[in-house]
Amino acid sequence: MTEIVESMIPLLAILCPAIASIFIVLSGKRPNIREGWTMFASILQFLIVISMIPVIIGGDVIKYTFFTAFPGVDFGFEVDAFGLIFAITSSFLWILVSSYSIGYMRSLHEHAQTRYYFCFAWAIFGAVGVALSGNLLTMFVFYEILTVSTYPLVAHDQTPEALFAGRKYLAYLLSSGCFFLAAVVLTYHFAGTTDFVSGGIPNLASEASRGALMVLFAIFLLGFMKAAWMPFHSWLPTAMAAPTPVSALLHAVAVVKAGVFGVVRTVCYVYGIDLMSELGLGIILVSLAAFTMIVASLFAIAQDNLKRRLAYSTISQLSYILFGVALLNPMGVEGAMLHIPFHGFMKITLFMCAGAIMVVTGKRNISEMGGIGRTMPVTMVAFTIGALGMSGIPPVCGLISKWYLCIGTLDAHALSLLAVLMISSLLDIVYFFPIIFTAFFGNSEEWTDGGNKNEKTGIKEAPLFMLVPIALTATFSVIFCLFPNTFYILELAKLAVASLGGV
Amino acid sequence: MISVVEHFPVLVVVISLLSAFTILLVGKLNKNSCCFISFATILVQLVMSIFILNHVRTVGTIRYWLGGWSPPWGIEYVVDALNAYILVILLFLALLCVMYSKRNIEHELPQKIVHYYVIYQLLITGLCGITVTGDIFNMYVFIEITSLSSYALIASRGKIALKASFTYLVLGSIGACFFLLGIGFLYSVTGSLNMHDLSLLLPPLYGNRVVQAAFVFFIVGLSIKMALFPLHTWLPDAHSFAPAEISALLSGIIIEVSTYAFIRVCFSVFTLNFLALPIIFDFLCWIAALGIIVGSILAIAQYNLKRMLAYSSVSQMGYIMLAVGLSLSTTTHPWCGLTPALMHILNHALMKGCLFLVAGAFIYKAELWNITDFRGLGRKMPYTCAAFTLAAISMIGVPPSVGFVSKVYIIFASLDAGKFVFVAIMLLSTLLNLVYFWRVIETMYMKREEGEESHSSSSKDEIPLSMLIPILTLASLCIIIGILWLTEIPIPILDQVNSLFGLGGGAP
Repeated sequence: MTEIVESMIPLLAILCPAIASIFIVLSGKRPNIREGWTMFASILQFLIVISMIPVIIGGDVIKYTFFTAFPGVDFGFEVDAFGLIFAITSSFLWILVSSYSIGYMRSLHEHAQTRYYFCFAWAIFGAVGVALSGNLLTMFVFYEILTVSTYPLVAHDQTPEALFAGRKYLAYLLSSGCFFLAAVVLTYHFAGTTDFVSGGIPNLASEASRGALMVLFAIFLLGFMKAAWMPFHSWLPTAMAAPTPVSALLHAVAVVKAGVFGVVRTVCYVYGIDLMSELGLGIILVSLAAFTMIVASLFAIAQDNLKRRLAYSTISQLSYILFGVALLNPMGVEGAMLHIPFHGFMKITLFMCAGAIMVVTGKRNISEMGGIGRTMPVTMVAFTIGALGMSGIPPVCGLISKWYLCIGTLDAHALSLLAVLMISSLLDIVYFFPIIFTAFFGNSEEWTDGGNKNEKTGIKEAPLFMLVPIALTATFSVIFCLFPNTFYILELAKLAVASLGGV
Repeated sequence: MISVVEHFPVLVVVISLLSAFTILLVGKLNKNSCCFISFATILVQLVMSIFILNHVRTVGTIRYWLGGWSPPWGIEYVVDALNAYILVILLFLALLCVMYSKRNIEHELPQKIVHYYVIYQLLITGLCGITVTGDIFNMYVFIEITSLSSYALIASRGKIALKASFTYLVLGSIGACFFLLGIGFLYSVTGSLNMHDLSLLLPPLYGNRVVQAAFVFFIVGLSIKMALFPLHTWLPDAHSFAPAEISALLSGIIIEVSTYAFIRVCFSVFTLNFLALPIIFDFLCWIAALGIIVGSILAIAQYNLKRMLAYSSVSQMGYIMLAVGLSLSTTTHPWCGLTPALMHILNHALMKGCLFLVAGAFIYKAELWNITDFRGLGRKMPYTCAAFTLAAISMIGVPPSVGFVSKVYIIFASLDAGKFVFVAIMLLSTLLNLVYFWRVIETMYMKREEGEESHSSSSKDEIPLSMLIPILTLASLCIIIGILWLTEIPIPILDQVNSLFGLGGGAP
């Protein structure tokens, strides 16, 4: 049924950012050309990724093998529906964030911009590599590249605070990389292969004892600390010291999503859903996710710094994905897979809005943002859309994924889990609503310093380079609700779930 | 008909030795020619060694009888896959180091250029000799040539380096004595010095206490030479006070060649059937594991970059010895037998060579020894720092670098041997490496210089091209060779070594 198509396309998709990075360094002295390369590569990459859709929708798998690293482990790509969802999300958002970065970095006259774009390209290289890789070893390689290449971005400001954030970031993520490596090696030791197989690696269950598999799963989870599950989440809020476009793409899309992507891969394609439920691991994962969802939301309420609040919101939302997968039924998994792109679009909107506010007004704290909706209407409308989506209110795409998750809990006959979802959604409203309220209805009494009194009511938006991506992602967040099949995402998710089998 | 390649083992040594004297004579007339003579000699040697490797791969082991005397009486040079492989690595790194030393020595030792190159060439002679010889006493002689020339080279900077050199001299001599005692004991029971001959004569005597004592003497003597953990105390001083290219050679090659001697003695003189081998090797694994951790922790405590790298070498020798220790109990291709150990010998030579040369570059440019002084170097010396970063990332073991491949192979080997604890140690060591290398990278790139805003014109100030090329070559090889290892293209050479010694569950 499923045919394997040998093709270079995944390689080309990966090579776009890699080659672009070279040109970025070479044209470091001329900003326009340098940014031109970034834009060009991002658009090209997106087109290449998109071109794989017809084959995948046709039920086939695209495969490209470089070489055999160990007996039974090829180093290569294997594109299936689930991987493609992640690849589409990352590559599409790269285009928008590139444009946004240009506006942001130039407005703030940031230093070391060449290094910034260079590392950014490599981070995308890593993220798309993770998405397309066909086995654990390949995934590990790209996962580590992603970690290392994002460090200079996190520590970009080079202030002691940023350096601390960078150090903490590396300490967490490279330690987790060690666990990941251990998990890969152990999987290989037990099963003799690390290829992702829909429905789980067949001989994993027969070769390893029950206890060993439980321990292995714990090691896997530790390996995916990028998913920021509690209590290993604290690198994420700290990493908010990075410039906002970095937070936007890497900490709402690429890095953290690579983590949850890995968990989904492990659950569905390494262990397989049957084995997971047989071992009772679903319950453990679901409790972990539920705990993180609630607690992170509570943390978020307490934050005054907008980016930190968004960071905690991300932690909570990532656990929705873990939650969905841990339900171990088709609806839950589908909800989880959909939440990866949907959350990406909504969260990136929110982060870009936060960045736009910072560029225009220099404000970082929510308490200072009184009346900001009147001066930056477009930004704040986009923000509102994103926030509504996070809380699962129509007509924004958060609704769709949450709907699937809810049905998933019902299918699992777990009303308590449904309650957790509902409470968490309620908490989402609790921490987003005050921001919206302050922005539109709050008073801007501090807005009196200097001679700016007359501009009190004047509209002052961010540069177009920033505004357009914000508007686009917000629009897409709505479009995904009305037409969930944009970019074939719904179809791909259904296909991915259908191929899991045995559910 | 004898192929001309069969003469190469002896030529590699003889050319090198004659070149040393040539340099001494020519150097009286023209100082500047020394470096070129040395470079040309090593280049020729390298080409020969590549031919040797090719010959060994395609035809088989080369046996060369010196003066035509047949083996048990005369000295025999034996080159099989193991020595050919080591020889290529050794000469390659030596070539890059001599290229690097052109400008560096003019800067550091302007008065001693001639002597430097003479001794350098003697050092290479000794190293090549250890590698190609098939006679155990001859090996001792070459070990002494190597050691004596490295004592001199370490001391060449004078002052504090003299003390470092003296410590090394004392410990090195003790090591050599142990080795010589081992040879004496074996000679007293067998009456032979030829390795192959010994391996045939020894089996009936394996129960003999004298033979067992000889084995222990060999182990201890060579452990000192290769700075295995509790016997590593000479290494940090020696490595940090020697000129950069000598540090690179010491760390990248000299201790590795001692490891080669160790492997040779264990597997060629005593064979796999030697009763004490498994026990010793289990013990060795634990010692190595301890060395890995302690070396890394001590490295974290250092502020001087070269000292830090030196302690890191102690830890890396632990990797190699752990891999050697596991070699008896692994059976699954491709990480069976000595493969991970030999792989890491090459990998470590590349990484550590690059790192030490970079450390030397900092000293060359601005006399920067301490990590805390490296602020803003990322902008001043972009290529050098980029090379450092690549090599450091490789040491940490980020894929797809050479360090990653070694790490994975050693981890697989320990799983294969059923020793899970070493997996944990390897992973822990990764994190420790991260701590001490990242500190340097962070200082170079991320920490702002004091009052940076005032002199933002921190223009480029790179080292000369002849120093930059070796550094960049090594750094790029860290990635290229890493990918090559992953593709398993070079693995057959190592398989040949394993089948030679009957390791790894027979022929693959």
